[in-house]
Amino acid sequence: MAFLIAEDISKKYGENHALDRFCLSIDPAEIFALVGPDGAGKTTLIRILCRLLDPDSGRVTIDGVDTSREYDRVKPLLGYMPQQFSLYPDLSVEENMTFYAGLYGLTGEPYRAKRDRLYEFSNLGPFSGRRAGALSGGMKQKLALSCALIHDPRLLILDEPTTGVDPLSRRQLWEILLQLKSEGVTVLVSTPYMDEVARCDRAAFIFRGRKLSEDTPTALAASFVGRIFYIDCEPTTSLVERANTIPDISAIRFGAGLHLYLRQDDSLDRHLGELAAIGIDRQQITPIDADLEDRFIQLMETKA
Amino acid sequence: MIVPAPAHTHAVETEQLSRLFGSFTAVDRVSLRVNYGEIFGFLGANGAGKTTAIRMLCGLLMPSSGSGRVAGFDVYRQSELIKRHIGYMSQKFSLYPDLTGRENLDFYGAAYGLGNTALRARIDELTERLELGQFIHQLAGKLPVGWRQRLALAAAILHRPRILFLDEPTGGVDPVFRRKFWGLLYELAESGVAIFVTTHYMDEAEYCGRLSIMHRGGIIEQGRPFELKKKHATASLEDLFVNLILSREAERA
Repeated sequence: MAFLIAEDISKKYGENHALDRFCLSIDPAEIFALVGPDGAGKTTLIRILCRLLDPDSGRVTIDGVDTSREYDRVKPLLGYMPQQFSLYPDLSVEENMTFYAGLYGLTGEPYRAKRDRLYEFSNLGPFSGRRAGALSGGMKQKLALSCALIHDPRLLILDEPTTGVDPLSRRQLWEILLQLKSEGVTVLVSTPYMDEVARCDRAAFIFRGRKLSEDTPTALAASFVGRIFYIDCEPTTSLVERANTIPDISAIRFGAGLHLYLRQDDSLDRHLGELAAIGIDRQQITPIDADLEDRFIQLMETKA
Repeated sequence: MIVPAPAHTHAVETEQLSRLFGSFTAVDRVSLRVNYGEIFGFLGANGAGKTTAIRMLCGLLMPSSGSGRVAGFDVYRQSELIKRHIGYMSQKFSLYPDLTGRENLDFYGAAYGLGNTALRARIDELTERLELGQFIHQLAGKLPVGWRQRLALAAAILHRPRILFLDEPTGGVDPVFRRKFWGLLYELAESGVAIFVTTHYMDEAEYCGRLSIMHRGGIIEQGRPFELKKKHATASLEDLFVNLILSREAERA
């Protein structure tokens, strides 16, 4: 049975539908990503799932327990890491952990055992006396994660945990999430970054309070309709404009080159003459796979 | 007074530039060349020395040794001139949350010494080009992240700098906004502006014309994204970045 189920969640702010009959079902030990632009409804949904906010309608169950009826039974199951750093900057690393442990009644030897295990995870042990406010971005996030994990939750919900965190710290954070998964913890994570989505078991694209699509990352990327080519060239605006005048081709600048988009049933060969006319040679063209971002933007453009 | 930049070819040019804090070498003999019209990605983990390097290049911090010129001005002796010839935008710094977008731009325009008429015309031009629309009349602190970032970009280029430093400009911004933001950067680059940008996101590093990777104060790799991936035979820049740093760390151990 699914560990987290959200049924027909709706929430309005004034006339604005922050969430419109949103449904979600996450299996035990699954890492599930919620992906969407700023203002899509990710944080609203997460707050509702954590019971920090009441929906206008709909129902949330965690491990079969209705969160609106028996929140006291759900609370120990749930670990939540908000988007904003919300620990006490004037308390040390250790003091923050002691404080959060105390909220869940964890003290004495069981607390110390748990703390030591979390230090193994986070490598924060050598910094236990440092003020939380004086930690680097990546260390702050690891401390916040440690505090969210102190009571051994079975469901961990993280709201954009890696914004402003460097690639190495991000990778360590993801290794921790994979470790938790192997211990049976269910993870829901929101992110605007597609490379993180690729590490999840499944993901849902959310836009304007609704779900656009939901699947494994590979299947989501593969559902892109069309063909994409990388052109190794000097990507001037005028070249992009000229490429876009070719019927059935759309081009965008991508770093030091161009990306060309063709319809699914089209062939590159048919366009080689037109491309040569604007100075693009066959040798410069490499077919590439669509990535999650390509698919996400395609879906959003269809709905916009 | 506008002091014209001395004759020079590179937007940024450093030779063995270093900065020590006590016995700690934050930036270690960095030699860089950034061309006008180029988008140069400056990558590195937290603590690698990126911010110290940028502070030296922006004329905010004196180097310990080595040489450097930004817009042709010397980083030791002409830091005030450097400040006037560059634009700087960071995700943390910049806008006053209690002022509207327009008031923020008025403030920065006055700080750069732009006259009223010229400033008004420039704000109108940027409002249109960055599609700021009605958002310019809202309090900066109340704007959605993506719009705040565009407004910050407008403030940074108000005085038409030929070099733009962007420190993690798109943290927390969604893919659609980021593509648009990068579209604006490409336009600026094409008009001849040198863009020096730091980011933690390797998909964004892909958008840069050239990249450098910094580790423990030094540059450990440099090149075009496509070439770097070929050279290291990795599918993603993130793998390349993490592997490079882990192998360097393993060598030290």
